[in-house]
Amino acid sequence: MELGIYSFGDVQRDAATGELGSTAQATRNLLEAIKLADEVGLDFFGIGEHHTREMPASAATVVLGAAASVTKQIKLGSAVTVLSTDDPVRVYQQFATLDALSNGRAEITAGRGSSTESFPLFGHSLNDYDELFAEKLDLLLDINESETVTWKGKHRPALNEALVVPRPDSGKLPIWLATGGNPQSSVRAGLLGLPISYAIIGGQAARFAPLAELYRRAGAQAQITASELKISVASPGFVAEDASKAKEQFWTHWHAVMETIGKIRGFAPPPRHHYDMEASGAGALFAGDPEEIARRIVTLHGQIGHMRQFFQMDVGHLPQKDFLRSIELLGTRVKPLVDAELAAKQAA
Amino acid sequence: MREVATTIGILGAGRVGTALARRAVAAGYDVQVATAKPAAEIALLLEIMVPGARADEAEAVIAASDIVILALPLSKYRALRPELFTGKVVVDAMNYWAPTDGVIPVFEGARSSSEVVQDHLTGAQLVRSFNHMGYHEIDEAARPAGDPHRRALALAGDDAQARDLVAGFIDRIGFDPVDAGPLAASRGFATGGPIFGASLGRSEMQKRLQEAEFAA
Repeated sequence: MELGIYSFGDVQRDAATGELGSTAQATRNLLEAIKLADEVGLDFFGIGEHHTREMPASAATVVLGAAASVTKQIKLGSAVTVLSTDDPVRVYQQFATLDALSNGRAEITAGRGSSTESFPLFGHSLNDYDELFAEKLDLLLDINESETVTWKGKHRPALNEALVVPRPDSGKLPIWLATGGNPQSSVRAGLLGLPISYAIIGGQAARFAPLAELYRRAGAQAQITASELKISVASPGFVAEDASKAKEQFWTHWHAVMETIGKIRGFAPPPRHHYDMEASGAGALFAGDPEEIARRIVTLHGQIGHMRQFFQMDVGHLPQKDFLRSIELLGTRVKPLVDAELAAKQAA
Repeated sequence: MREVATTIGILGAGRVGTALARRAVAAGYDVQVATAKPAAEIALLLEIMVPGARADEAEAVIAASDIVILALPLSKYRALRPELFTGKVVVDAMNYWAPTDGVIPVFEGARSSSEVVQDHLTGAQLVRSFNHMGYHEIDEAARPAGDPHRRALALAGDDAQARDLVAGFIDRIGFDPVDAGPLAASRGFATGGPIFGASLGRSEMQKRLQEAEFAA
């Protein structure tokens, strides 16, 4: 089972003055986190495209490119690329370049993204939300199939035998489809034979089990080989030596980010008892000590059969040192426990 | 004796539509679901996500249902054919959410999005409900009547009988109905309003709606 991290490049906040740190420093912090994740044996680091003062990771491939040169084995990807407002040709070129520089470690995760700052930024209309995504995914998959592309759509000039380079040594880039749980996205990914990435960020994680089954059944219907139907899970998480301290600290930062998002989207931030329910048992928030987190990953694996789980830890101005410590514990403590437990289950 | 619904039709098979369909099947209703796609294309989805519900074309689903629930993106409301909804009790579970869906001028006024939808579906008895609760809570927060932790769901509509019918449905699938009165009162259910996304029991919800002067 692969374990990893994803981040939107959360900025620090000065504890004494309450002032927000610089977006440039947040970008350097991100690179530091990726380097450590590689050193402690984690399998994946994803950067989720964001364009806000508090989460400024707008140019994922630049950071990942820098990371490629200071890491050895970790896979580097987006989580997610807001494909609707980007140019699939450009996205492909950037990730193929990353793939070359990292010796085959690049992955794309395409999604609609739940934040929509990129729409006005790049001159797209939210009214075309569904159509933009469908069309751009179609082009991105075409480019992955062949280095010369002939394609026509509504939202981008047509391509006629256009050459898109560089090309990955392995032939193709892994392209994941990200979804927050709309059943029709699971059907779409299955029918297309794309690996699927579930964002399980609230509620009970096991409610994704039927979606995973739907994805696999749709894939089988389209005669996709079972081994190509991969599932990954992205969820909020934080690991510390002590379970109650981990939950307490993550509450502070998770609540802060929910408050910020709630203000923008018009909902009240969830109360503490709601958090406590989701940060334990089968809930979607993976905050706890290494043993508990390992146990909960293994339980979810029994329900969903995912091959990778990766966590967003740096939210709501989590201090960088705690972020780094949490990454270290995920690699050095949680991962061996998960591996051992799954191996024992398989042997049984 | 108040009227009781037995057949529920749901338009939309996304997160909200499938969650409501599951609750309705669990409560013993006859449930049909339709999307803009041919029924055959959502058969597998329903078989796995909502065992017990049937897929059909929208026109047939609307005709066969005592209550029709709109669980599609609000931006699609203009595609609904008003003539199919004449005389029907219709529940609007949709939201206007400009930060994620973009600005749609017709919803920018003071009226609630449901009032705009009612204008379009002139012959329907529209009731707004479910929009203020997160989709996974529809699945996870349902409780039997009398449970001290039972959550409330607000409803509003201009037809008292339609409100009664929908209140009965809400109660049977696991929530306490809070009747806020005419459709205009549903302005208080919207994003950024006093009950949106909040986890409330019946009396607290009544209090919040009254304080905000949205209730009848």
